[in-house]
Amino acid sequence: MSTRDIVLIALFTALTAVLGAFPPLMIPALGVPVTAQSLGPMLAGGILGAKRGALSMLLFNVLIAVGLPILAGGRGGLAVYAGPSAGFILGWIAAAGVTGLIVERLWSGLNFVTAFIASVIGGIVVLYGIGVPWITAVTGTPLGKTFAGSAVFIPGDLAKAGVAAAAIVLIKRAYPMIRHAHSRS
Amino acid sequence: MIAGLYRAGDSPLHRTRPGLKLLSLAIAGTALLALSSLWLAGAAMVLIFGLYCLAGFGLRTMIEQVRPAAFILAILAFAQLWLAGPSEALLFVTRFAVLILAAGLVTLTTRTSDLVTALEVALSPLSRFGLNVSGISLAISLAIRFIPAIGQILSELREAQIARGRKPTVLTLVVPMIIRLLKMADSIAEAIDARS
Repeated sequence: MSTRDIVLIALFTALTAVLGAFPPLMIPALGVPVTAQSLGPMLAGGILGAKRGALSMLLFNVLIAVGLPILAGGRGGLAVYAGPSAGFILGWIAAAGVTGLIVERLWSGLNFVTAFIASVIGGIVVLYGIGVPWITAVTGTPLGKTFAGSAVFIPGDLAKAGVAAAAIVLIKRAYPMIRHAHSRS
Repeated sequence: MIAGLYRAGDSPLHRTRPGLKLLSLAIAGTALLALSSLWLAGAAMVLIFGLYCLAGFGLRTMIEQVRPAAFILAILAFAQLWLAGPSEALLFVTRFAVLILAAGLVTLTTRTSDLVTALEVALSPLSRFGLNVSGISLAISLAIRFIPAIGQILSELREAQIARGRKPTVLTLVVPMIIRLLKMADSIAEAIDARS
């Protein structure tokens, strides 16, 4: 891992923190706030690739744990991990890793559709696959009920996967980051 | 630098070593999850209230700690009420509130820098197995410094787009933002390598 890799990891950690400060969008029909912050794992994985993307989300979790209020709404600290929805924050590590893995595999022919699929699988399927069973495990609430409660956030997350996919494709064209790392492995 | 959630103070809790607080939290958390008596959970709540008072905090600080999780806890408590009855639901809420309050208390009474040091100390034996501990320290301190810098770049981009009569959106801000960060990365890495 070069100094440049460490700098890139830290930059995407900080970017994710700043995305949390974007004013949240309200979806009136659902009444749930949609923050830009969960773009972070999709962007980190899709732009830096699996390894650096996952490490930047791990670093994001470390910064929360040591007491920085960097989650949307100024939340942070160890209390985040004591709450029932901690799996959705820790799950960002795997979400970035899987998004990155798929983008690396499809790198040479990457377009909006494949980048969108990568973002949806990493940032929604994998993330909910960790976050939902986590709630069930720590609270004993049946899986079906936890999923139904979490599903209201999926439309917002689909919109974010669209934004992430567009960004991933545009940035690949302007400043590709993955090719070198991938050809080496 | 951005401010952490630490609240300065000189209570016995503030002076306790971070490692000891983290260990106590881990033990207390495990014990709490195994707790099945409402009376014991109530006692734990009284104990945590006492600890907050000892640290110089009041009820307001306690409410602030629980508030972010209040919505999801309310929904889950409602599900418990329906599935298992009122005493189970009350036990559920009390247990989680105490757990969140205990974790929050460690954050409130321990400086971010002390927690980072505790993490580095805990990880240092792993450097023998190839873990780049100094790289981890570098990443942590860089990320903390980048947050206000990136916030600054973002508001500049937003103002520039408004000045040109365009309405900034997440996409029109994030793309130029990331390209700028990727370009910055090279010069920052060179500067770090040159100094070490």
